[in-house]
Amino acid sequence: MAVYKKTYRPYEGELTSPLKRLLVIPRYAFEDLHRSKFLTIFFCATFLQPLIFAIIIYVQHNATVFNLVGAQGANRLISINVVFFMSSLGWQSMLALFLASFIGPGQVSPDLANNALALYLARPFSRTEYVLGKMSVLLILLSAMTWVPGLLLFSYQGYLEGWDWMKTNVRFATAIFFGAWIWILILSLLALALSAWVKWKPAAGGLMFGVFFVAAGFGATINAVQRTNWGHLFNISYLIGSVWVWLFEGNNKTTNGAVFFRAPQGEELPLWCSWAALAVLCLICLYMLARKIRGTEVVK
Amino acid sequence: MDSAVIELDGLEVRFGNRAILKKLKASLTGRSIGLLGPNGAGKSTLLNTLLGFHKPSSGTARILGRDIRTHAREVRSLIGYMPENDSFIASMSGVRFVRLMAELAGLPREHALERAHEAFFYVGLGEVRYRALGTYSLGMKQSAKLAQAIAHGPKLLFLDEPTNGLDPPARTRMIQLIQEIRDRGDLHLILSSHLLRDVEECCDQVLILKDGNIAAFCNLEEERRANRRFLEIETRGSNNGDFLDAMEKLGCETAQGAQGRIKLILPDGLEVRRLYEVAAQQNVQIRRLNHKRDSLEDIFLKAMEAPDARS
Repeated sequence: MAVYKKTYRPYEGELTSPLKRLLVIPRYAFEDLHRSKFLTIFFCATFLQPLIFAIIIYVQHNATVFNLVGAQGANRLISINVVFFMSSLGWQSMLALFLASFIGPGQVSPDLANNALALYLARPFSRTEYVLGKMSVLLILLSAMTWVPGLLLFSYQGYLEGWDWMKTNVRFATAIFFGAWIWILILSLLALALSAWVKWKPAAGGLMFGVFFVAAGFGATINAVQRTNWGHLFNISYLIGSVWVWLFEGNNKTTNGAVFFRAPQGEELPLWCSWAALAVLCLICLYMLARKIRGTEVVK
Repeated sequence: MDSAVIELDGLEVRFGNRAILKKLKASLTGRSIGLLGPNGAGKSTLLNTLLGFHKPSSGTARILGRDIRTHAREVRSLIGYMPENDSFIASMSGVRFVRLMAELAGLPREHALERAHEAFFYVGLGEVRYRALGTYSLGMKQSAKLAQAIAHGPKLLFLDEPTNGLDPPARTRMIQLIQEIRDRGDLHLILSSHLLRDVEECCDQVLILKDGNIAAFCNLEEERRANRRFLEIETRGSNNGDFLDAMEKLGCETAQGAQGRIKLILPDGLEVRRLYEVAAQQNVQIRRLNHKRDSLEDIFLKAMEAPDARS
């Protein structure tokens, strides 16, 4: 039927599946994000670090490259070990925080600011599906820049080093995968929860940084004033760092974390406290989302 | 008898300790149903509950036979909803927004795009469909809301105060659109409004709410039919007696009052036009003609004045 036909007619065709409906939200979100040149360039730039790390791995296994530039033995300067992979994850995770701060608030706040939630939820579409749809945008992008390049680096190293190295260090791969997912989940939930409450994109983005850096500062102040280590519970990068160390090394710790995500030596809290604090943070975010993501707001 | 479009079965909704809807019981069967009531009567809460936004504290409701408690998703797939307040994403173009909403309602991508364009042309916004919704005037926003509500071809359309804030021409256009949709007979309409005129022009059944109770429920179509038969006229002229005789010969029941007032019950098939023709033949002027039975305004006022609304 031509678009100029001015009449109303019912729809008798087939309907899509709930899963396909869920994917409508990320599809539209990606179309919007793709329009922003800044975000596209930033996203592409985040792959610079994995590229450099891949070159390092290559060079490590090709002594001839060092010989060519007259730097025999230079391959001993950088070791491909737990610190190498944890640093790679740390750098990428910090960039993920920036990306989540830029794009996270734009997912929910426009819908809430414009009262569009009633229209989403008046359709065969639940609140959970709405949050999952919005979250999937962050999950996909942040995965692409954290555990995916991390596992590629691990596979590349394993390919060059041999099957034995892979078997010995398989814990690195699981740590990269699960460590990144913990970080991604926290970032995504926090970005959506803050934007649901603030409803104003720039403020929500700013709050994201506030939660990470101001809360860490607050924790450090508690530590200094009370002469304790419990202030670290407010420091999300500390909590993540201590969980990562356990994921990468188990109970035989040789490091205290990676860049940006360190648990200073001598100031460690019990590991379960870090897990519990991260779980509480996630629950708070879920509560905030449950309160705000509604078809209509009840004024009591 | 028609099957119920909406069946309220002891539906109660509470916010905290306060009951907003109080055990409503009704069976609405009309093609277009008006929800009337003063502000705070519970009209929007009723719509929101039927959409699943509020959980009933007791009782339930069925929409086209589906229980809103157990088949919420299925119920929502049958409904098109035009909310009272501005609801859209300001930065999105009109057609893209309607397409998004149609896709979320389950239409495949290509169908959603086609129907979004159609809906925009249908509501008269064809020329501005690529403009950002935030730049639309109030009347255009109302029409865009209607477009998103009908784009996926619902079986039941919820219109919450559709003429809110519209100027007279825009209101007339909106009412015409609603009447057109109603007259096509493809879907049922629920129109919530505090404007009697809107409801009177668009609906054939009316549910009047007051303080969360059903204050009155009437079939406007029957009222209109009764109105058409029962007349009170005021005449001036040479001989009212001859005029009355002539009307009785046409089958009317008549009763003469003071100062040229006459009450008439027209038989089936006799049009009011014949009354004027006979009056002209008898040299009688009809100065005033009233449908004697209650108008919607009378029904509404009576319902509001009643001390206890029925639940």
